[in-house]
Amino acid sequence: MATVSELRVRSGRRAEVVLLAFGVTIAVLARALVDYHADVLVLGPLGLYAAAAVVLAGACHLVIRRFAPAADPVLLPVVIALNGLGLALIRRIDFAYEARGRDTSFGDAQMVWTVVGAALLIAVLLLIRDHRTLRRFTYTAGVVGIITYMLPIVPGLGVEINGAQVWISLFGRSVQPGEFAKIALVVFFAGYLVTNRDTLALAGPRFLGMRFPRPRDMGPLLVVTLTALVIMVAQTDLGAALLFFGTFVGLLYIATERLSWVVLGAGMFIGAALVASVAFSHVAARFDAWLNAFDPEVYSSGRSEQLVRGMFGMASGGLFGTGLGEGRPDLVPYAESDFIIASMGEELGLTGLMAVLTLYLILVQRAMRTAIGVRDGFGKLMASGLGFAIAIQVFIVVGGVTRLIPLTGLTTPFLAYGGSSIIANWIVVALLLRISDQARRPALEHA
Amino acid sequence: MNEPIRRISVLALVLFLSLMAVASYIQVLEAESLNADPRNVRTLYREYGDFRGPLVVDGEAVVSSTPVDTPFNYLRTYTDGPLYAPVTGYYSIVYGRTGIEQSENALLAGSADALFWSRLGDLFAGEEQEGATVQLTLRAAIQEAAAEALGDRSGAVVAMDPRTGEVLAMVSSPSYDPALLASHNTDEVNENYRELLADPDEPLINRAIAGDTYPPGSVFKLVVAAAALESGYQPETLVNAPRELSLPQTSNTIRNYGNAACTSSGDTTTLEDALRTSCNTAFADLGLEMGWGIIDRKAREFGWGEQLDIPLSAAASQLPDDPDAPQTAMSALGQYDVRATPLQLAMVASAVANDGQLMRPYLVKSVRGPDLRVVETTTPEVFSNPMTASQAADLTDMMVTVVDSGTGQSAQISGLTVAGKTGTAETGSGGPPHAHFVAFAPAENPVIAVAVVIENGGDLGSEATGGRLAAPVARAVIQAALALEGGD
Repeated sequence: MATVSELRVRSGRRAEVVLLAFGVTIAVLARALVDYHADVLVLGPLGLYAAAAVVLAGACHLVIRRFAPAADPVLLPVVIALNGLGLALIRRIDFAYEARGRDTSFGDAQMVWTVVGAALLIAVLLLIRDHRTLRRFTYTAGVVGIITYMLPIVPGLGVEINGAQVWISLFGRSVQPGEFAKIALVVFFAGYLVTNRDTLALAGPRFLGMRFPRPRDMGPLLVVTLTALVIMVAQTDLGAALLFFGTFVGLLYIATERLSWVVLGAGMFIGAALVASVAFSHVAARFDAWLNAFDPEVYSSGRSEQLVRGMFGMASGGLFGTGLGEGRPDLVPYAESDFIIASMGEELGLTGLMAVLTLYLILVQRAMRTAIGVRDGFGKLMASGLGFAIAIQVFIVVGGVTRLIPLTGLTTPFLAYGGSSIIANWIVVALLLRISDQARRPALEHA
Repeated sequence: MNEPIRRISVLALVLFLSLMAVASYIQVLEAESLNADPRNVRTLYREYGDFRGPLVVDGEAVVSSTPVDTPFNYLRTYTDGPLYAPVTGYYSIVYGRTGIEQSENALLAGSADALFWSRLGDLFAGEEQEGATVQLTLRAAIQEAAAEALGDRSGAVVAMDPRTGEVLAMVSSPSYDPALLASHNTDEVNENYRELLADPDEPLINRAIAGDTYPPGSVFKLVVAAAALESGYQPETLVNAPRELSLPQTSNTIRNYGNAACTSSGDTTTLEDALRTSCNTAFADLGLEMGWGIIDRKAREFGWGEQLDIPLSAAASQLPDDPDAPQTAMSALGQYDVRATPLQLAMVASAVANDGQLMRPYLVKSVRGPDLRVVETTTPEVFSNPMTASQAADLTDMMVTVVDSGTGQSAQISGLTVAGKTGTAETGSGGPPHAHFVAFAPAENPVIAVAVVIENGGDLGSEATGGRLAAPVARAVIQAALALEGGD
C-alpha cells in the first residue's frame, strides 16, 4: 500500500537561482574554453553569449517563479548545464570540421533550437496550468502519437538519413517526429493506465500463477503497442522500439504493481529481438557489428567503423580527456549528433562523462521524486513515464556508443545536435516542472 | 504506486551505474589496448602531429620538422639523409622510429621528464610545446670523408675520439634515404619500405653496431697481444713463428697469408715483428700457450660480450664458449666463433690510443630544450682499463710498425705517425674475405681512433686484404679528422 507522504519543502526558487548560476557558468565557461582552444576567444561575443544565457535562464526562472512557483529547483539548472555543455561541444566539433575543410554551423543552429526550446518551455508553463487537463486528451494523444510515428514512412514526406527512416522534411528542415510522438504516447499510456489500472491488475484469467487482464481491457493498449512496434521495425529504428517498449512496460508495472508484467514484457522483447536479428538483415547487421566490432572484416566493411572509432576516441580521452580542442572528435561520423557522447568522452575524459551521466541521473531522479510526491495517479504516471523514458533513452544511446548494447539511432537528450530532440526534451522538462509544482505546492500551502 | 516508482528509479540507477562501469572499462581499463590498436589513428596523429626537435651535427640541423599542410602537421626532413641515416634512423608514421629518433624519442617529442618545467612554462605562456634539440657527437667533415672513402662498397666505418669516447663518425654502407619513409603518403611509404627490405644489400641495417657481426680476423691479434703484454711478454720477447703450425688434435695446419714465412730465417721472431707482419702461426701458438681464459678475459675488458647503448643499441661482440685447442688457435686469429662489431674494434684502437683507458662511446653530445637551455650533456665516462699506460705505449709502438713497414702501409700519411692493424677475415663460406683496418693517430697524442670494415672483398674480391682495401679508407678518415683538429 502506498502512503502519500506530506513533503515539507521550501519553494526552492532561491536554490534554483543558485543552481542556475552554476548551470550558466558551466555553459559559458565551456564555450569560453572551446573558443580559447580554437584561438577565437574574443571577449565581446563571449560576453554576448553569457548575457544571452543569463537572459534565457532568467526568463525561464521568472516564468517558473510566477506560474509554477513550487516547481522542482533542480530540473532547470540541470537542463541548462547539459544544453550548455552540448552547445560548447558542438561548437568545438564545428571547429574541428572546419580544420578539415568542412564548413558547418551546427553550434549556431543548436543555439537557435535551444532558444526555441526555452520559449516552448515558457509556453507550456503558461498554457498548461494543471497537468491533469492533459488527461482529457488521452486517446487523442494516442492517435496523434501513432500518426506522428508513422509520418516518416509516408512516401514523399519521409526522408531516410543514415539508414533510418525516422525523419520528415518540414519547411526544408529535417524533423524527427518520433521525439514528439514519444511525449504524446506517454500521455496516452499514463491516461489509459490510470483509468484502467484496477481492471488491468485484478480482472482476468490466471495463467502460470500470474493474473492477466481481460483481452478487452488490453485491447487499446495492445493495438497501440503493436502498431508502434511495427512502425519502428519498418523504420529500422530499433532504438525507438526499445525506448517505447521499455517505457510502456515500466509504466505498466508502476500502474499495476505486477512484476509479472515486467518479466513477460522483457521476455517478449528479447524474443522479438532475437527473431528480428535472424529475420531482418539490417538487424542482423547491427548485431554483428555489435558483437564483432573489432573483427577486421566487420570493421573494414564499414559496419562497425563508427562504433570502433568512437571507442578509440574515448580511450584516447582516458581519465581526464584530451582537453577541449585537443582531441579528434571529427574522426567519428556524426560526432555532433549520434556520437556526441563519444566526443564528450574523448575531450572531457571519463570524469567528464561521469559528470554528464550524473547530471542525467539527477534529472531522472528528480522526475521520480516528483512522481512520488504528486498526488494523482495520472501525474505519477506521467512524471515517472517521462523520467524513465529519459533514463532509457540515455541508456540506449550511451550503451550503444560504449558497445554495451547494439548501436541505435536515438539521440542524447539536450546534448546531441538535433532540433526536434532539443525542443521535445525542453517540452518534457516543462511538463515535469508543471507536475513538480503540483507535487510540491500543497505542502507549501500548509507551511 | 509509489513503491513501484521507487523500484523503477532504482532500476534507472542500476542502468546508469552500468553505463558508468562500461565507460570506465573503455576509458581506463581497455584504454591502453584501444590506443595501441593499429587502426586507431588518434595516437598516431597525436604523436606524429607535434613539432619534433631537430638532430644537429656541427651546429647544423641534419634532421628537422618542417610544417606541412597534412593532418600530421610536420614532415621530417633531412639534409644528407643517407649519410646520417644509420645514426638518425627513420621516423615513419607507418613504420615507427629507429636510431636516435627512437632512443631519444621522449626528448625529441618534448614529453621527457627532463623537459617538464619547460613544458609547464609553455603551457602557461600558451606556446606550443616543442621538442628538444639533440646534438650529436658526429663531425660532418669526418662523416663525409668516411662515406666518400667507403663509397658504395658494403661495410662500415666507426671513428671515435679516444680521449672522450665521442663517436665522431658512424657510416654504414649501403645506406638509405630516411625521407623515403617519412612521407605522409602511406602508400608511398609502404612501397619504399618494401623495396628497402627486399634490397639484397640490406641498406636498413647499421653495420657499424648491428646486423651480422664480423669475424675480426687479425685485428683480434691486438687483443691477444694486449693479453700477452699483461702476462709479461715484451715487444722484443721472442715467440714461435714457424712457417706452418699444425693444430693439435687435428690434421689441420695454420699457415700465414700467402703461405709465406713470418721470419726471414728461423722459426722465431719478436712479438712486435709478429704483429707487424700479422703472423698467423705466431699468434696461434701464442694463443695456445696462454690459454683461452686469459684472452677471453682481456677481450671482455675491451668490451667483448657487452651490449652497449650509445644510446643506439649496439650488439654485443661475441667470443667462443670454452674452445678446445684447435678452436683456441683459430680464435686467437680472430676466426672461429669470434665476432665483433666495427664499434668494438674501434674501441680496441681507442683504448690503446688513450694510454690503455677505454672511454665509453657515445653519440649524443647534448640536448637543449626549446628555450635553448641545456637539458642534458653527456660527460665522458671511463668504460674500463684494459691496459696499463706502459703496456699501451708498447702496443702503440708495435702498431706504428704495422703502418710504417708492415701490412698497413696504405694508411701512411706523410708528416704523421699512424698506428694501425690490418685484418683479413675469412668468412667461412669460401667467398672473399672481410677487410678490416683499425688505426689511431697521431700516435703520440691520438685524437682519433677508427675502425673500417669492407665486406666480402669489396671491389677486390678474393685479392682483398685489410691493408689493400680498408686501410686507405681509414687514412682518409684520419686526414679529415686532423684537418679539423688543426683548424680548431
